[in-house]
Amino acid sequence: MTLPLLLLLILVAMALAYQLVRKQAIKNVGGVSGIKQLHSLPAYYGYYAALWVGIPALLILLVWFGLHDRIITALMIEQMPASLTAEQSSGQVSLIINDIKNLATGNITSGRITEDIQATADHYARLRDIAQMTLWGLIMAATLAGMSLAWRRAKPEFRARNRVENTVLVVMVVFSSIAIITTLGIVLSVLFESILFFQEIPWTQFFFGTEWSPQIALRSDQVGASGAFGTIPLFTGTLLISAIAMLVAVPIGLLSAIYLSEYAAPAVRGIAKPVLEVLAGIPTVVYGFFAALTVAPYIRELGDSLGLHVASESALAAGLVMGIMIIPFVSSLSDDVINAVPQSMRDGSHALGATQSETIRRVIFPAALPGIVGGILLAVSRAIGETMIVVMAAGMAANLTANPLDSVTTVTVQIVTLLTGDQEFDSAKTLAAFALGLTLFVVTLILNIIALHIVRKYREQYE
Amino acid sequence: MSHNRPMTMPSAVSKTLLEHADTNPGSPAVNFQAEAPPTDAPPIDAPRERPMTTIAATAVQPDVIPRADTKTATDSSRAFSSTLGDISCLNPRMQCRDVDVWYADKQAIKNISLDIGRNEVVSMIGPSGCGKSTFLRCLNRMNDSIPSARVSGSIKIDGQEILDKHVDVVPLRARVGMVFQKPNPFPKSIYENIAYGPRIHGLTNHRTELDELVETSLRKAGLWEEVKDRLDQPGTGLSGGQQQRLCIARTIAVSPEVILMDEPCSALDPIATAKVEELIDELRTNYSIAIVTHSMQQAARVSQRTAYFHLGDLIEVGTTEQIFNQPQHRLTEDYITGRFG
Repeated sequence: MTLPLLLLLILVAMALAYQLVRKQAIKNVGGVSGIKQLHSLPAYYGYYAALWVGIPALLILLVWFGLHDRIITALMIEQMPASLTAEQSSGQVSLIINDIKNLATGNITSGRITEDIQATADHYARLRDIAQMTLWGLIMAATLAGMSLAWRRAKPEFRARNRVENTVLVVMVVFSSIAIITTLGIVLSVLFESILFFQEIPWTQFFFGTEWSPQIALRSDQVGASGAFGTIPLFTGTLLISAIAMLVAVPIGLLSAIYLSEYAAPAVRGIAKPVLEVLAGIPTVVYGFFAALTVAPYIRELGDSLGLHVASESALAAGLVMGIMIIPFVSSLSDDVINAVPQSMRDGSHALGATQSETIRRVIFPAALPGIVGGILLAVSRAIGETMIVVMAAGMAANLTANPLDSVTTVTVQIVTLLTGDQEFDSAKTLAAFALGLTLFVVTLILNIIALHIVRKYREQYE
Repeated sequence: MSHNRPMTMPSAVSKTLLEHADTNPGSPAVNFQAEAPPTDAPPIDAPRERPMTTIAATAVQPDVIPRADTKTATDSSRAFSSTLGDISCLNPRMQCRDVDVWYADKQAIKNISLDIGRNEVVSMIGPSGCGKSTFLRCLNRMNDSIPSARVSGSIKIDGQEILDKHVDVVPLRARVGMVFQKPNPFPKSIYENIAYGPRIHGLTNHRTELDELVETSLRKAGLWEEVKDRLDQPGTGLSGGQQQRLCIARTIAVSPEVILMDEPCSALDPIATAKVEELIDELRTNYSIAIVTHSMQQAARVSQRTAYFHLGDLIEVGTTEQIFNQPQHRLTEDYITGRFG
């Protein structure tokens, strides 16, 4: 109620400041005919005023919402009669404080309401009203101060444009840091949980153990009480499925990219390329049930008819479908890279009497290779991180096998199973998910860095 | 730099001459010397490296200038399709007759006939968009790669038609090589750049033969001394002029008969340009060269014959001396004297 009103007030004040100061700037040079004397266009003086009105007010609002509750509560506790808090545990005190707040806002309270509590609640309500008034006052003052500052500065020699553009720059820096800081926060939270995990399970077992069965005993005499946290089967499974996926995606993606960029008529390309890219837009869960319900049974029947034993959930099924999913990554990136090879290379080769395919094989492909490799590595990171298809089509069994017809599991799938359902955050089972997540993050990060490095190196080549 | 013969005529005279020349090409026309004031014509930008006396000497030889008496001029109207001057030469390597090129519905060049002789450099000049590059690209069918391009007419190399759809472009392009405006070495080593052509045509059997071929090609292009110690380094690391000579060496390596050059020096500095021009002059002893250039000084320095293109028409062909000293056509003259809009 208060917040939308305040925001509205700030917006209106900004609009007002823009108009007023813009007009004032024009007036200061004696009307529209004098605009040339202004350092910046009149609108910049207006923007400058709007910024001065809006930014301080918004900052005050932010700080107030971050702190007001704590300050008011602290003030209230100071005024609380000692009888209320005497000989109470901290938990009980916070319960009482909650009651007081609820009473003040008219909510249901948990305990009996004494006079003391009622008095404190009244006091709290009073404090809140004062805080509310202060906020309004502060914001009004800030907007007025900002406006008058900008008003006074709306002189011809004032460099309003430079100020506004600098402010815009700062705003953009702040917003882009939000993304970076969030990433950092995710990494740190995963890192801290992983450290907890490695305090319980030795890292040698985690990285070199060949058995994965993340159970933790509820009682010490339970059957199968000891969990095993060897991740080798998981990484083997991930590797196996990713390898199958790449075996599908790289040839298909690459050849379709070459066809699209070198051979296809513009009309064909105009249709085929978007259609191919639609593959990237299909939700992975759709791929997942396609793999589980269509591809996996087909593979099993095929295997049976050949006399092979195929698990009903096989790495092959998951890998094939994942490969299809990744095709657009490979083809789109390769297509871009191949198109980036200058036409003069093609002309040069053709002029020497090379055929189209010779030109592609000997000039374009080698020239585009670093970029293609970069694209493939990005696709690999995508394959490693893919979860849904594998959950649905490859199973949960942590088999240490290289047989694509067996059921395997991957790192991501295990993270999902470890974290679904009720969890307790002091058990190695839950924490293992974070350790797995961190390892996966590091692996894909390294792949991405290599890929980006290769792509960048390639870009420099023709410039 | 004054000149004996004035080059311009009053436009009223030229209008009357237009019909005259078309109907009656053999008859001597007006005596321009009488009509045009001698100071009217600014002297032509004379070739720098050739002494003026040579030019003056050839200019007054009546035999050297074909059809000197059919001095014709037009406005920018497209009333003619024939070319002034002698399009043929004594010992032709390539003979182009009535070549038309359309890009979709737009006709890029019209009815072009021109010979390219053995051991000569033919330069093609003209304002941008006049079709000279298009014509050049017909000579080794590089226009094939443009889907909307249509080429008609006849182009023969040593009497053999090349515009026929059944003619394989692979051996043709081995015979007619091309050097482009911007140096375009492959992103491979210097050695591999030269070896590329011989490899795809299977010209050598052994590594040693290939080594020799690479060396001779680089020597012919005057680049061997500069790169012999770094043949394994990328060709893209050379300077612009070296890159262009590398591209020439790459073309020479497949032993072509004709080398087409599309503004080969436009991306080079004057020193590199001088080296490439020197090279072009040396290459003339073994190859026929057709060069498109925007630099009239360059055309004058390197070529024996010059063809002036204008809006898709081949306006005038002649020996370089004659084109630069006594252009027959007003458009040619306007262009080479820099008066062209």
